[in-house]
This record gives sequence, structure tokens and C-alpha cells, in this order.
Amino acid sequence: MLPCISRPAALGDPVSINKDLIAASSTPIVLAILAEGDSYGYAIIQRVRELSGGRMEWTDGMLYPVLHRLERHGHIKARWEVAETGRRRKYYRLTPAGRKQLAEERRQWQAVDATLRGIWQSIIAGPSLGLTPFTCPAQGA
Amino acid sequence: MSDTHAVLEEQIAQWRTYLQRRQAIHAVDVAELEDHLREQVAGLTEGGLAADEAFLVAVKRMGNLDALSREFAREHSERLWKQLVVAPAEPGAAGAVGRSDLGVAFGVAVLVGIVIKIAILLRLTDGQYVRNASLLVLPMLTGYFAWKRALSGRTVGLLVVAFVAAGVFANAYPFVADGSTEVLTALHLPIALWLAVGIAYAGHRWREVAGRMDFIRFSGELFIYYVLIALGGGVLTGFMAMIFQAIGIDIEPFFEQWMPCLVGGAVIIAAWLVEAKQSVIENMAPVLTRLFTPLVTLVLLAFLATVAWTGRGGAIERDALIAFDGLLLLVLGLLLYALSAREADAPVGIFDRLQLVLLVSALVADAVALAAIAGRISEFGLSPNRVAALGVNVLLLVNLGWSTVLHARFLRGRGTFAALEKWQTDYLPAYAAWAAIVVVVFPVVFGYA
Repeated sequence: MLPCISRPAALGDPVSINKDLIAASSTPIVLAILAEGDSYGYAIIQRVRELSGGRMEWTDGMLYPVLHRLERHGHIKARWEVAETGRRRKYYRLTPAGRKQLAEERRQWQAVDATLRGIWQSIIAGPSLGLTPFTCPAQGA
Repeated sequence: MSDTHAVLEEQIAQWRTYLQRRQAIHAVDVAELEDHLREQVAGLTEGGLAADEAFLVAVKRMGNLDALSREFAREHSERLWKQLVVAPAEPGAAGAVGRSDLGVAFGVAVLVGIVIKIAILLRLTDGQYVRNASLLVLPMLTGYFAWKRALSGRTVGLLVVAFVAAGVFANAYPFVADGSTEVLTALHLPIALWLAVGIAYAGHRWREVAGRMDFIRFSGELFIYYVLIALGGGVLTGFMAMIFQAIGIDIEPFFEQWMPCLVGGAVIIAAWLVEAKQSVIENMAPVLTRLFTPLVTLVLLAFLATVAWTGRGGAIERDALIAFDGLLLLVLGLLLYALSAREADAPVGIFDRLQLVLLVSALVADAVALAAIAGRISEFGLSPNRVAALGVNVLLLVNLGWSTVLHARFLRGRGTFAALEKWQTDYLPAYAAWAAIVVVVFPVVFGYA
């Protein structure tokens, strides 16, 4: 069976994710993308768009202070290289400390996710709250 | 085709200039952001947009420049630390705030002068005067920052309690005139109270590493500004004395009456200058640090070589402990200053290695001195001065010892620069705590002698 992906019923609308949530999730997302391989700012942003299906809109520039913070904490390491375009480009690589941090972030987000799932389930049980129940395409109809 | 290309280049150049004006965004970051912008433009033109449209979209996606430079400033607070309120909300308001700051600072400086004048008129004894000197200035300095940072009532209350307690401990004990404990109180009270200044200075950021680091920078630059003002003041008074001498008027009594007021008030003015005219000194402090780090290292290495060569290490006088405290303090100052001025993400350079040499040689020199002195203290017993000097030495040794370990780890790429910063800033209250112990406990233990 396909895993059920919970989505609000009105899937057509772009979900605007609030700033706090974007800020909080930026660390695990950036670390995870760098775990796939070394990358640079523009490519990271593109990957985020791709992964979120365009639902996570990062202001491009805001990525860089995040990268610099992660570097200061030793989670990633930067180096300048000359890209195929001939321009100098700053690449980032995940460090062993960053890998550890990613694992830690992952544990935390899984805990948050599990908690929320539990709550969603119990809300569906009582539809009187007026919330749209989530439907699973695989099981629905 | 080449025409639109030229237009695009022009637009990008213009955008780059806007970005370069932001103090928080350095040249390397501009280069990084520009690469991003160009990549974005290229991607969008490939998708069918015209060059100028692509540029507009790319700039829009990059985000509002004010918000962006605020984010950079938050991450790289060392670049913009003068503005605790990171960027002024509207440019028009900045000038007005600057002027009212000056007014308040000047008012507080005059207040300090008046308080000192009252102290002079009260004809305090020398001992009372020396013990209370810090209390004549620091409460007002703290008050200035409490006003500037709009501290919460609770924090202000705590600070008031701290200063009242300081006043009690400085004056309630029956000190023997010219005794050691009286001098120790006079020396240590300002150190303990400097923590209160720091809490007011950093405001709600006191619990953050960056907030305390800002306070360390502030302290160093206040010192530099104060020395500059004092030098200028000295030259001015010299000339003043001479020209009045020329017309047969001796103005020395005037100086005696008013000089202490000026000396105290200048602290407030220097504090205001540090914040208002930041960029002037910002370039000077790192230069001074870089100049003196190699020199101090050389002196220390020469000292150690001489000790090893002549074997005179055992003959160190017990009073020389003070000299070694001073030395370690100097090394700590150089280290803190270099830390606070360093770009956290800069690669390890020769200067960082030199600092490690400085740290290790200072520790070895201190170990030689301590070994020699420990024997003598056990022979001659404890006096308040010796215990105070020993306490400071142990504090400094722990601080610098662990800094050396962290620094070595950082150089070998095993640790982060942030860890070193955190250790240094977390350690600050230890000095204030020790100073408070000297002020509160020593007079009682050593019979106010």
C-alpha cells in the first residue's frame, strides 16, 4: 500500500508556511540537502523548491545567513571554487559534526511529527470540531 | 543581444553597489549573493523571460535588502555590534536618536561631575574616597545604559540592589587606615561592579554569547577612548597652566578642585563615543592587537629562554606574583580582543597559530612563577595581598588553560571558534564573583588590616 500523505482537502491552494516554521525547519533541510552532496546557495534553494513542490517559498537571500550560522557552529564547511561558468562560487560541505546534528534534528522533528499525527487522528475522530478531515487517496472512496 | 547584456551588467553593478553600502554585508558575501543572482537570472532567461524581467524577478526573490542586511547583522553581530537595535527602522529616526543620546550622555556626565564634587565637599578621608571611587561613576554609567536599552523593571531593581550592597560593603566595615584589605576593596569593587555595567550594557542579550562578546568589545574600546581623551585632556591642561602662568595667575587650585569631576565625567563621554563613533576605533583595535601579540610573545619567549639558560626560576620574589597576574591579564586581553574582532568563519591563519604560541608561553611562564611562589607562601604564611593575587592567578590560569585547549582544537579543525567564544564569555562572571568575595569576605577574615 502506498504511504498515506496527509494533505489538507483544498490541495489546490499554495500552502503558505509561516515564518517561524520556515526558520525552524531551515537547519534540518539545509543539512539534509548537503548530506546528499556538496552544494551551493542557488542549488540548495532549487532543491528546496523541488522537494516541497513549490510550497516552501524561501526568500533566497535569507538562506545565506543560515549557511553562515551553520558554518560558525562547525556543522558545514565552505570553500571557494571556480564554477563551470567561470565565476567564483562558494560551495558548502557537511562536516561530521553536521551529520551528528542532522541526526539529532531528525529525531526531534520525528517526535514533533509523531505528536502532530496523533492529534490529527483524534481530531478526525470527532468531526464536530469543524475541521476538514484528511483523506487518503489510497483508502478513500 | 549584446545591448541587453550590457544593460543587465549595469543593473547588476547597481544592485551590487546597493548591497555594498550595507555594513553588515561584507565583500565576500556580496560575491556569494551576486553569484546567486546571476544564476537565477540565467535560469529565468532560459525559461523564456527577457533579461530585464529575469533581473527583476531575481532581485525580488532575493528579498528586501533591509530585511536581508538585518539577518546578516544578526548572524554576524561582530560587524555591526555598535547597533544593538540592529538596523534603524526608518533612516530618518536615526539622526534624532543620536542627538538625544548625546544630550542624555552629556547630562549623565554632568551628574557624575556633581556627585564627585559633592564627595569632595564632604571632605571624605583618603580611604573613604578611594573605596567609593567606583561608586561615584559606575551607577550613573549603568543608569545610562539602563535607559538606553529600556531595561525591564526587574533588572533595574536587581542592579539597584547590587549597587546598594556595594555601597554598604565599601563603607560599613571598620577598615584600618591604609591597610591591605582597604586597598583590596578599592581595587576589586570596580571589577565586581563592572559586571553590573555589563548586564545593563548587553540588556536582554546578556545571556547570549554575542551579547557578552559585545560587552567585551565595548570594554576594550572604552579603555582606548578613555586613554585618548585623557591624553588630550593632559595636553590641554598643560597649555592652560602655561598661558595662565604667563599672565601671572596660578590655576593649580582650580585643577585640584575640578579635575576629579572631569576625570569621572569623561568615562560617560567615552562610553557614549564608543557607541556613536564606532567605526573609527573598529579599525584600530584589531591593529593594536596584531601589533602587540607578536611583541608580547617575543618578550615571553625571551623570558622563558633566560630562565632555562640561567636557571634563575627558583629565585622569583613572592611579590612578583602581581607582575605575573598583570602579564596573564594582558595575554587574556589580547586574546579576548583578537577573538572579538575575528571573523568567525575566516580560515585558520598564521595569526591564530601565533596566538597559541602566546597562550602556551604565558602559561609556562606563569607555572614557573607559581612553583617558585608556592614554596615561599608556605614558608611565610598568607597575607590578604598574597591570597588575592593567588586567587586571580588561579582564575586566569583556568581561563587561559582551557582556552589553550580549545584554541588548539580549533587550529586542528577539531573544534569550532564558537566553542572558544562561548567559554570566554561564560567565564566572565567568575572574575566578578571572585572580586565580590575579596570585597565581602577578605576584610572580615583578615581583621580589616
